[in-house]
Formats: sequence, C-alpha cells, structure tokens
Amino acid sequence: MKIAVCIKRTPDSESRFKIAASSTAVDETGLKFDIDDFASYAVEVALQINEKQGPGETVVVAVGPDVVQETLRKAMSMGADRAVQLKTDAIPYDGLAVAKALAAELKAGNFDLVLFGKHAFDTSAGVVGTATAELLGIPCVTAATKLEISNGRGVARRELEGAAETVEFPLPAAVTIDEGIARPRYPSLKGIMAAKKKPLETKPAQLGAVRVTVKAMELPPERPAGRIIGEGTAAIPELIRLLQTEAKVL
Amino acid sequence: MLDFFNIDSLLSEDERAVRDSVRRFVDERVLPIIGSCYVDGRFPKEILPDLAELGVFGANLPEEYGCAGLNNVAYGLIMQELERGDSGVRSFASVQGALAMYPIYAFGSEEQKKKHLPRMAKGEVIGCFGLTEPDFGSNPSGMITMAREQADGTWILNGSKMWITNGSTAQIAVVWAKTNGDKSDSSIRGFVVPTDSKGFKSKDQKGKLSLRASDTSELVFQDLVLPADAILPKSGGLKSPLMCLTQARYGISWGAIGAAMACFEEALEYSKTRVMFDRPIGGFQIQQERLAEMLTEIVKAQLVSLHLGRLKDAGTFTPQQVSLAKRNNVSIATDIAREARRLLGANGILAEYSAMRHMANLESVYTYEGTHDVHSLVLGQALTGLNAFK
Repeated sequence: MKIAVCIKRTPDSESRFKIAASSTAVDETGLKFDIDDFASYAVEVALQINEKQGPGETVVVAVGPDVVQETLRKAMSMGADRAVQLKTDAIPYDGLAVAKALAAELKAGNFDLVLFGKHAFDTSAGVVGTATAELLGIPCVTAATKLEISNGRGVARRELEGAAETVEFPLPAAVTIDEGIARPRYPSLKGIMAAKKKPLETKPAQLGAVRVTVKAMELPPERPAGRIIGEGTAAIPELIRLLQTEAKVL
Repeated sequence: MLDFFNIDSLLSEDERAVRDSVRRFVDERVLPIIGSCYVDGRFPKEILPDLAELGVFGANLPEEYGCAGLNNVAYGLIMQELERGDSGVRSFASVQGALAMYPIYAFGSEEQKKKHLPRMAKGEVIGCFGLTEPDFGSNPSGMITMAREQADGTWILNGSKMWITNGSTAQIAVVWAKTNGDKSDSSIRGFVVPTDSKGFKSKDQKGKLSLRASDTSELVFQDLVLPADAILPKSGGLKSPLMCLTQARYGISWGAIGAAMACFEEALEYSKTRVMFDRPIGGFQIQQERLAEMLTEIVKAQLVSLHLGRLKDAGTFTPQQVSLAKRNNVSIATDIAREARRLLGANGILAEYSAMRHMANLESVYTYEGTHDVHSLVLGQALTGLNAFK
C-alpha cells in the first residue's frame, strides 16, 4: 500500500509555556520540539499496515520551515521510506490554508491511504485532516482508535462518549488517528543512521489564503493558594460548609 | 532534563536523536521497574530483547558486523541515558559492547568477528570479560590464570576470575590469561571461552550492597579445553585488555553523568514540592547551594566527556585523558548522589526514590574499571614521568 502520513512538529507537551511579547504566539525560547504525539501514532499505524500487508511505501509529509526536516527524519528513523517538506517560513494558523498545500502535494501521489493525527497538540484544531480529505475528494474518518485495511476497504473504530462505533469505507481514504491505537516504536539506532540516507524532498508549500489568525493568547489564571482551615476532626464541619457554599462541589 | 549550558547545541541531530530514543526507552522501560529489581537483587533480563532491538550493544562498532556504526559521542550519550536508569543496566551494556564485543572486533580474526559480533549485537549471545582475579585487581599483570598450548594446537585453561559482570548470564567469556608458563605480562592473550565448556564454573557473588540490579560472578576454569581458534590472534600482552578498559572507561565517564543527572533532577523536583517550615525546601539557601553545586559539576562533567568523545572520534584521545574523565565524573557523581539523598531527607533512603540506589551503585563504579586512586596515579605518572606503581 502507498500510505502518506501528514505530520506536524509541536512543542513537548510537558513544557512550561510562556506567551511571546506579540501575545499571539507561544514564546519558543527553550522549548523542545518533536513530532506531535498524534502524528507519531499515525506513523506507527502506517508502518504496521505496510509491515502486515507486504511491500508498500510510507511517505511522510510536513508543512513548515527547515526545522521540520528533523521531524521528518525522525519519522524516517522509525521506518518511513521517504519524506517531503512543503516549505514555508511559518505554519499558518488557518488549517484550510495548510490543507491546500498538502492536497496539492498528495493529489498526484496515488496514495491508498492518507493518515493524520486527530489534531495537533499546539492548536487542537483538528481541521487539516478533514479539510485535506475534502480537497482530495476522498472519504474521511476522524479519531480512529483502530484501523484495519483489507481488499481495498478500511474498517475503523471510533470511541464516542459512553459507546464506540465501527465504520467502513472504500480506499483511497483519509483517516485521522486518536491515541491508544498503537504505541509508537522507538527509533532504533540503526534506523537513525539509515534515515540520514533516505530521500527528503523540499518543495515550496502552495498554501491557501490565510483567513483565520490568532488575535490574542492567554494562559489560564493562576490558581489561588490553598488555605488551611484547621486541624483534625474539629475542622471537618467548616470544611464541609466551604465545600458546599464556596466550592459548590457537594 | 535541564540543559543549563545549551550543550545540546554542541550535538548533531543524529546524536540528539540517539540520546532521545534511549532516553525514552529508559523512562518507559527501566525507571518503572528498576527500584524493585534493585531491592530484589535482580538484573531486569526482560528488557534485553528490546534493548538489543534498539541497537545499544556495540553501537559504535561498524555496521558490517550488525552494529549501528555510531560515533563515540552518540555512544557516550547512550551510556549516559542507560546509567540515568541504573549503573547496573549501563554496566551490562558496557560489558557487552566495550569489554566483550570490542576485543573480538579489535583482536579477533575475521571468522571470529563474523561469528560472534552480529549475534552479540542482537543480544542473542551475551558476553562477559574476565581480567580481574581474586588477588589481582588494580595489579592485573600479576594474574595467575594460565593457558597452555597442546601439541594439537588446543589450549588448556586453569585459573579463576572475580567480580565479573554478566558472568553467570553470559554464553561466552573473553578471558585473559598468561600463556605457556610464562609469568611475565607480555604473555597475556585473550581467549573466547564458551561458558558451557567442560571445566567452566560460574557462581554469583552474594551479599552485594551495590549494583544489586546486576549479576556479578566468580568464574573458575579447571582443565578447560579450548579449540585452537579460541585465541584472539591479534591480542598480545597486558596492553590488549587495557585497551578494552580504555573503551569501557570512556563510556563510564558518560554513564556517571547520567546517574548524577537522575539524582539532580530528583533533588530539584523534590526541593520545589517538599514543604517544611511552610515553604518549599528549595527556598532555603542551604538546599540552593546543594543544587547549584550539583548543576555546576554536571555541566563541567558533560563538557569533559563531550570533548573527550570528539577527541576519540578524531582518533587523538589518550588513555590518560580517559583516566581524567572517569576519575572526575564518577567522583562528582558519587558526591551528587550523596547530596541528593541528603536533600531528600528521610525519603531519600527509600527505593522509591533513586538517589540512594545511585549512591550505592556509584561506590562500585568508583572502584571498578581502574579505581579512583589508580587513575590518580595514572595522571600523576603522566604529569611527572614518575611511575608510582613500580
């Protein structure tokens, strides 16, 4: 199978974030970036499908400045065969603009399957996968927690609130991947060395018009300090009263 | 991990990728189990297949023998990350790569390399290294293990070795022995000894209070018959095993940094969350001084090992430079582990935290692979030209 995986480079989710002076972006100083978690699940799913189904090709694609080459090589060190960077100085916030660049690259590629992360950690927008599918005119399944492919058709499982559903669809198709589907493999040391020799192509990103931009960002308000209302059993009545009247959780 | 001096900027992309992959492995696979392995006195064998799959064994040896072909800085970073988990886990990898695979690579015939190295890289064959004897540790030239060549070209080996990491798990032992009755250290040769040979016995050393998550054994050879091709043809004299030790010590200089980093990170986190006298203990000057001291020594050690790695890759490093790095880095790591344990107060004595485990482990690392004191004398000789050993 010929599978494309669209991946994004995002900051480590355990970082302590600060807002940049512009107040419309995160201050990237000192942040560690890596392949987005959901994108890494998508890469793992693609590798497993091709390992199971015999010879195929897994191509990773990313939109962004030259630093995304490191993220693309990481996916190749996991096992992807080649990579395409759609070069732009900055990734626009508008998911449709990004989707247009991806669709322009993918449409001539004859891919059986195009995978995405469910959303990326930095924007949590979840637009690019569905919008790219629409531009390519192929069916799209979002937030898959299981994916099986056979005889030109796919079956995916989706978790709902309190239930799950199984959907089926013909290929070619786009699927966005949720967590829990597969544990991404460790890039092996040989894989890291091999990735340096795999092809990485750079092309200008044919971005669409950017119509949505960030106006302001803010961090959640600081939590007020805790307070000690007493000690031992004597404090219980007051604690219950405050939980009822102030915190309103009882 | 705090990178206060932006040392990452001195690493290449693939060096960082190697480090990050092993780091994630240690976080996910070693740290959750290592405390209980240590308490139980058990090496975590269950991680070996995945550790081999990752490619850490002999990672700086060439690809043609099934190894990853990494440079020495990437190799050092692997050792750092493994020892951030535990000195026992790093010791396993050091012994497999630098002490068992390296001598086969450096002194073995092409047949020996092709036979052993790919299987050792895959972890299918585990090796150990027999140099130290019960009465000859810092003075290996006094060894009494002897191999005698027979008329048919086979060898008969007699003697014993002690403090052998992986000794009871290994399928092959690289054993150093004097040959044909010659008691001078110039007669020392290396032999690849299958541990299922008749006359081979290994016994785990019990009662260790350090490196508890690692197997340490005594080896005994009694009229052990070895085929003619068991000898490592290019080995000759004490210099050969010492070359292996230089490789291993290089990795240890990095490994100790990992143990120190684990203790520092644990102490730093603890200092911010542990409240005493109504505020985090990190707000007290005495703990801040501890933390500042730890960080400073870690940064210095990182720069020493990194530069040493660059010299090793350039082929210009000297064993004396390795002595300096091993001596310094293990010494500062033992101090950092002890200070971290103290900062953690009573909690610091629990296996749930890592500081005391590292503290106890590092006492072995301080003593093995050339004791701290022996490295002082190596440096002393390099400086003065006067040999304190003779």
